[in-house]
Amino acid sequence: MDNPALAPERQLDATTIDEATAYLQSEYAGAVTADDREGYQGVIIDRARLVEIARVIRDDLGFDYLSSATAVDYLGAGDHMEMVYHAYRTSGGGALVFKAQADRENTEIPSLVSVWSGADFQEREAWDLMGIRFPGHPNLKRILMWEGFHGHPLRKDWREAYYEEEQKPFDSRWPGGHVHRAEEKNVFGKNVSYPPEIDLNRLMDTSESAVYQSLGLGVDVERIMDKDGFETNELVVNMGPHHPSTHGVFRMVLTVDGETVTSLEPVMGYLHRNHEKIGERNTYLHNIPFTDRLDYISSMGNNHGYVLAVEQLMSMGRRYNPPTYRCEALRVMMVELSRIVNHLWAIGFWLNDIGAFFTPVLYFVQERERILDFFEAVAGSRMMCNYMRFGGLFADLPERIKSVSNLTNDRVRDYNTMQFLTEMINERIPRTIDDLERLLTQNEILLERSIGVGVLSRDDAINYSAAGPLLRGSGVAYDIRRAEPYSIYPELDFDVAVEEEGDMYARYRVRVAELRESVRILKQILPRLEATAGESIWADGKPGAYAPRIPHGEAYGRVENGKGELGYYLVSAGGRGGSANPWRYHVRAPSFINLTPMGIMSRGYKVADIVGILGSIDIVLGETDR
Amino acid sequence: MYGTGLAKGLLLTLRHFVESYADDIRYGFRKYHHSTDNFAIRQGTKTKGVITVQYPDEKVAVPERFRFLPFLIVEDEDHPTRAGKDWCTSCGICAKVCPPQCIWIVRGSDPNTGRPVPDPEAFFIDIDICMNCGYCAEYCPFDAIKMDHDYELASYNRTTHHIHDKKRLSKPNSYWRGIAPTRAYEEMLARGTWEHKDAAKEARRGTASSRSQPPRPASAQPAVAEAAAASEASAPAEATAPAPSVEGATPWSEDDAKREERRRKALERKARRAAKRGTAF
Repeated sequence: MDNPALAPERQLDATTIDEATAYLQSEYAGAVTADDREGYQGVIIDRARLVEIARVIRDDLGFDYLSSATAVDYLGAGDHMEMVYHAYRTSGGGALVFKAQADRENTEIPSLVSVWSGADFQEREAWDLMGIRFPGHPNLKRILMWEGFHGHPLRKDWREAYYEEEQKPFDSRWPGGHVHRAEEKNVFGKNVSYPPEIDLNRLMDTSESAVYQSLGLGVDVERIMDKDGFETNELVVNMGPHHPSTHGVFRMVLTVDGETVTSLEPVMGYLHRNHEKIGERNTYLHNIPFTDRLDYISSMGNNHGYVLAVEQLMSMGRRYNPPTYRCEALRVMMVELSRIVNHLWAIGFWLNDIGAFFTPVLYFVQERERILDFFEAVAGSRMMCNYMRFGGLFADLPERIKSVSNLTNDRVRDYNTMQFLTEMINERIPRTIDDLERLLTQNEILLERSIGVGVLSRDDAINYSAAGPLLRGSGVAYDIRRAEPYSIYPELDFDVAVEEEGDMYARYRVRVAELRESVRILKQILPRLEATAGESIWADGKPGAYAPRIPHGEAYGRVENGKGELGYYLVSAGGRGGSANPWRYHVRAPSFINLTPMGIMSRGYKVADIVGILGSIDIVLGETDR
Repeated sequence: MYGTGLAKGLLLTLRHFVESYADDIRYGFRKYHHSTDNFAIRQGTKTKGVITVQYPDEKVAVPERFRFLPFLIVEDEDHPTRAGKDWCTSCGICAKVCPPQCIWIVRGSDPNTGRPVPDPEAFFIDIDICMNCGYCAEYCPFDAIKMDHDYELASYNRTTHHIHDKKRLSKPNSYWRGIAPTRAYEEMLARGTWEHKDAAKEARRGTASSRSQPPRPASAQPAVAEAAAASEASAPAEATAPAPSVEGATPWSEDDAKREERRRKALERKARRAAKRGTAF
């Protein structure tokens, strides 16, 4: 693939986003119009010329990284489906947002997989959940639901089995709130329907080829199975969904030639709960604890991305105060601590995957325990922190980390919070990282297993929308904390970790370097916390409202989470005074999109390496399947 | 050189192995004996080696802000004027702010006038649905619902045990001040008194003679309010203990027609409100 970033002479003289959109509008007048809805940004592209113009955006304008592609159903507001794309430059800067619209019936929007391979899974998701067809997509199949699912659940007129009302809060709860159980109203078995074309008898066919064929994978099972006699050349191997190496319920279907993998197809959705539909029923505030459950290893980061997106929307309203400095410092501290948790976990479990079973991971997660104890003392929960609020936080740091209870061991844990933090940041975490490096970085077993395995080239990493350590391990110095800074990151001193090789070992080195950078950031946060002690954590000086109304518009809030770019695309359809519930709530999940290049990364390696490659991507199924 | 990495790894394991006995030499096996002092040795910051907590014989105490399932605060039994009275005024904010919508509240009403009174007639939380986010406690304007520290709730039957009613949810105010003294103190500062907001307001108004009655909504007509006061004075027990027909049996088995009717009305109300606000776009 030709890389536009390496060929700057081809780039047009359109350096800012505004210049780029102006260029598109003048050059493709008629096909490109500005999106002038209130609170919206970017351009709307005529879908007939979408592919052509997308190629211009990538090659000539230099927006080489497609971050997010998602659909919105505007039922009752124009009655059209809309695909929204956010493209960025890997050299940094803001997004070029472009959209394509189509009717709600028989929706067709041309596929952009030929331009950005990273659109692959995202378009499959849009087909699965929204029912948009993408002509030109090489493998347009359901991805999160199974093929026997009836309907496209994110459409506004689709209702779930236990449907109660369009939006929370539900009216039955108060003032006449007599409790009921959903399953008493709607008994399981009576709330399931199947699409007319599906043949359920097929599920009874247990022959091996039927099992694989029925799952609609990109593997030509017939050709492989249809051999006489004893053949071991090429066969299909199913890994998962219940496999210890997959970090949850995740499945891979491999075609192997001997021991060498010739193709790999990730299969997911076993943990799917339609997080986004739940999010659209919820009020804005309700969603914060739900984001904890996405990437449950780093819930603080999930909170941060979501509150940033909502604060973007709020800033379009009349009365808006940005968060206080102390609030921002606390947010960054929590996020960096959870990045440390995330990377310790990722490295530890990657070691599990390449055969160092559980001993090293337990050495590293000892430190994680301390961080989680701290989260518990501050936010109330070890993993489901639910700590951040719009314009503020749940609470300031407690003076002492202290256990009070009727148990016999009350006084076992009683520390001054700042002292605890200082000791943790200055001594314990660096010590753990040193231990980790001493044990691993030059360990020849690790080197043998990981160098040159699972290689993802620089161009592929960008083209497949890889994010986080996966992208930076392939030589792209793209870190949102630097590329499009948020919060107080611009004033903090840290480096973007990057390695050139693109193999498993490079990803490991990126993670270790990021651990050190996080410690470096945390050391800068400590004096800031002491300097701002006593400052309010609330933008308005008092806690936010329990039912904030959010102004009309769209926003895309993204943060650099431990696993990569976590983005939240929100559409608020507020009339006068704003809306209480999001019209569209989309999560750009790094664990999900980072699996797109899994197929090309695995080709040519051994089955045992696949486990390690998956571990080196670092996925969490709560986020992959949403 | 091949083998050094392996040797280093094994040495680290050996170090951990030796460390797990270093404390044993210092403290002897006293460290494992079941007492608080020994537990403090094992769980302290300076400890090395085995740090295992022998749950359920031993438990790590949870921090103050730990949150697990909400409970309702009722006044202590030895409170001079409001003994056993709910802090909850059934304003419904917790039910509205609850993300999984697991809180059901029946607002109390005056039996004579039918006007709502600030007292919950019934209160249910489906603990199977509760996600322990703590919003109800955070946004309660009366500090009447709090998150508990008791996380051991295993039971054999979820259909009968996992919908907590008001009786099950209620815990005395002293319990909350016991498990979270710092936060109770902060709340007192914010409220300006250790008493319930309404009790303090009444005390300021000087209606000391009828303090056992719940405060009336400000809009209530004086005559109506008198009647309400009279009815409550005649039946003071009702204010604290709700009618057994609601509280005792399984209330969700009430007949479908009634429920449907209430639901239909609620939806109509909601539609009217939505129409008043204007359409979504």
